[in-house]
Order: sequence, then structure tokens, then C-alpha cells
Amino acid sequence: MPNNLLKFRRRTFLSTALAGAALPLLPRRADALTTAQAQSLVEAAVADVNRVIASGQSQSAMLREFERIFRTYADVPTIARSVLGPPARSASNAQLRSFTDAFQDYFSAKYGRRFREFEGGTIQVQSARPVRSFFEVVSVVTLRGQSPFELNWLVSDGSGRPLFFNLIISGVNLMISERTEIGAMLEARGGSIEALTQHLRTLA
Amino acid sequence: MLRFPCCLLELAKILGDIVRRRTTCLSARMAGAIALTLLVTACGPATLPPGDQVEDQYEERNRAAHELNVSLDRAVLGPSSDAYGSAIPEPVRTGVSNFASNLSQPGYVLNNLLQLRIGDAAQNTARFAINTTIGIGGLFDPATAIGLPAETTDFGETLHIYGFGEGDYIVHPVIGPSTTRDTVGMVVDFALNPLRHYVETPESYVLTASSVASGLGSRYQFDGTIDSILYESADSYAQLRSLYLQQRRFELGGSSDVGVGYEDPYAGDDPAAATADGAADSAAAAADAAANDPYYDPYSDPYFDPYAQ
Repeated sequence: MPNNLLKFRRRTFLSTALAGAALPLLPRRADALTTAQAQSLVEAAVADVNRVIASGQSQSAMLREFERIFRTYADVPTIARSVLGPPARSASNAQLRSFTDAFQDYFSAKYGRRFREFEGGTIQVQSARPVRSFFEVVSVVTLRGQSPFELNWLVSDGSGRPLFFNLIISGVNLMISERTEIGAMLEARGGSIEALTQHLRTLA
Repeated sequence: MLRFPCCLLELAKILGDIVRRRTTCLSARMAGAIALTLLVTACGPATLPPGDQVEDQYEERNRAAHELNVSLDRAVLGPSSDAYGSAIPEPVRTGVSNFASNLSQPGYVLNNLLQLRIGDAAQNTARFAINTTIGIGGLFDPATAIGLPAETTDFGETLHIYGFGEGDYIVHPVIGPSTTRDTVGMVVDFALNPLRHYVETPESYVLTASSVASGLGSRYQFDGTIDSILYESADSYAQLRSLYLQQRRFELGGSSDVGVGYEDPYAGDDPAAATADGAADSAAAAADAAANDPYYDPYSDPYFDPYAQ
């Protein structure tokens, strides 16, 4: 029925057009993240980190703690996808899922091992401010025998809840650094995400 | 390539005018001071490239130098810093590093003055005075304790403030990562170093020795970080390049509180101009803002602010 089809199309077009016109008027998210909420997420994460640093646990216990903190406060799937970069667009869901798992273990092990260096140090949250659609929370890290440096957390609720998706360590963007690293690994494996995932598992 | 800031040409013209018209009442030194003020105020600092933008046209040569440096670290620097770190107790190492860092203060002051950062120049001068006297020749650092931390700088930063872009990434054998601009800066710093002109040979060996020892101390102190970059990354060359450039740009931009979009009152910051002209201009302004935003990532923008739709 060409006539029906036409009507249907017209109706779809109208409702789509209306919805599209209304879109900018609607709030972007029902309960948009506030600066204070972004800051309190980081404060909670920092309190956890400070507790682990002060606890003086064994290397393996610290590693487990770091992994838990990373899982609790970071948007790992988003970080993993960003770090993979453009190849993530052509990857299948299954590929992305297993890459994300492997990346989480690799990342936790890589940075968790270095947690010891923070012993005797503290992190203090200073301030927070909105940047485009997310928030930047500024904290200062004080380690023994070193001048304090800035550690900035980028926080968003784009995943459905407030989580951090990047860290800037005295100007060094963790996402960029990890993209360089993962990119080099991917290139060395001829662009195969499976081979990359396999390799990450050996590093964890 | 080190690109000359275009305002330098303007500046040369202005300076030429000043000198031509007023040679009788203005000494060359005053003309120089005027030129410096004009340069700093009129040009403003160069735009810092976004985080992962890399100009590396000498990559092949750089990689060769990097390989050499890594093998030098493995064979010489790593082991000697281990020996130094385990033989010398921490307080002594801190003293040596304080001593070496105190000796770089006069160079900082000189650059602070060239940058017209008079507050920093005063702070570094006060530091040098306090640490050299109360701090017993710079072995201790009471200045930091009373709230006068070092405002480290170099001629590379001075060039940046004059409007010179960083140029290409360059790895020097032995010395390590740098850029075209910072290589020029390094040479000038060496030539200008006030201590080199006032300290005679036997004492100057002490200067060299202290800076070598201080270097060993840093290698020892940051052992974990350096080892993980040089020996545990998938591509240590690319990793070091990324870290070096990000860290250097951060240093030049200042802390993120003041550094984000470091304001240049003479270029593209006039809100009236932005609203007066049409959409094309605002698009250009947006692109400009993106270039000044340290978190903007042109390589994969949809991923970088992953929630922006």
C-alpha cells in the first residue's frame, strides 16, 4: 500500500523532526552530575588510596587493593575503548569485552606494582571545575623527598554513574600515554586485537 | 624547523624606527630593553600543541640516538646510579642535589629577567641568597621551607615566552630528549651561565662533579619510573617522546590552574570580535579554543570526551 507507507513515513518524519527539535530543550541527563558530586567521588577514591598507602601492606595485597579501587572508581570500559583508539570502532563487542578485561588486569598490575613508591605520601583534593561536558578535580600529591605535584582527575557520569575516565599526572595524560603503549603493542601484532588481548594477559 | 614568530618582524620594524628616530636620546641598551618589553608583551608565548601532537621528522636519527642512550643507561648510568645510591646515604644525596640546584639559581634569575617575570627573578634571587648563606653554600634548602621554592626555568622557556614554537622532537646522544627550540635554549643557557664566567678551573670541577652526582641521584630516586619507561614499555622511544613532550608543555604552560588556555590578550581573545563576525569566525574560534585546551585530543576526539554526543 503505497498510500499507507507514505502516511507512515510522513508521521515518522513529523515525530522524528519534533523529537529532534525538542532535543536541545531537554536537559542532557535527568540528574546531571554537579561539581560537588564529581569532587566527592574523587575524595572517596583518594581516601581509599591514602588508606592503602598508609597501611603498609604487602606488595600483593596492595596490588589487589589497587585493582579494587580502579574497578570501583574508574570507568574501565570507556578507558579501555579510548586507549584502543580508532581500532575500537571496527572491533566486535566480544573482542572489546575481552580486551577490556585484559586491559583492566594489565593496568592494575602495571600501576599497582608502583604503589609502593607512594608509601609515606599523601594525596589531597584541592578543587573541582566543569570542563565541557565533564569535570576536572585537582589534587596534590606529596611524596617524601619530592616537591608536591598535581594529579588531576577527569570525572563524568556518561556511563550512568559518576566515575573518573582519565588522570593527568603533572601534565602527563594517562590516556595518551597508554594509547601510545597499547598502539605500539597493537602495531607489533599486525593490528590484531585478539593477539593484543592475549599479550596483555601475559603482562598482568 | 623552528618557526619564527611573525610578530618578530613587526617588532624589528618598530625597533628600527625607534633606533632611527631617537638615536640621540636613547642608548642602544634602552632600545634593547624596549625591544624585550615589546617582544614579551606584543608577541605573547607560543601556542602549546595539544597533548599527543608530535612533530618528529628526524625519527630515524632520533631512534638511533635513543638506542644509544638506552644502552648507555643499561651499561653505565643505571649501574653507577645504583652504586651511588646505595653507597651514599639519603641526607648526603639530598645535600649534593641541593648544592647543584642552588648553583643553577643565577641562570634562572637571568632567564626570569629576560622573560620579564620579575617576581620569579626576585624569588630565585632571594633563594640563592638564603641558601648560599644560611643553607651553608647551598647544601641545605631553608628557602623552600620558608615558602620560596625554586621557580625553575631555562632559555628554552624564554624562547617560548618570546613566541617561538617548540619545533621538532630531537633526541641527542647522551643528553637525551629535547626539541629544536629547547636545543637552542640549552646552548644559550650553557653560554650565558653566570657561574661559568666567574668560577675558575679548580672550583669549576666541583660544579661539574656536583651536577653529575646530582644526576646520578635523580636516576636513583626515580629508578622505578625510568626503568618502567625504558625497559618495560612496548616502544620505549614512543613512550619517552610522549612523556617528554607532555611534561615539557605542562612546564611551559604552568600549573593547570593558570595554564589552561594561557591568555594572550593580543590574539583571538577579544570577545567583541568573536561575536561581531559570523559563524565561520566562531567555528575558527572553537578550533582555536580546542588548540589551547590541554585535554583536547584531535586524534580521536569522540573517544577523548567519550560521553559527548
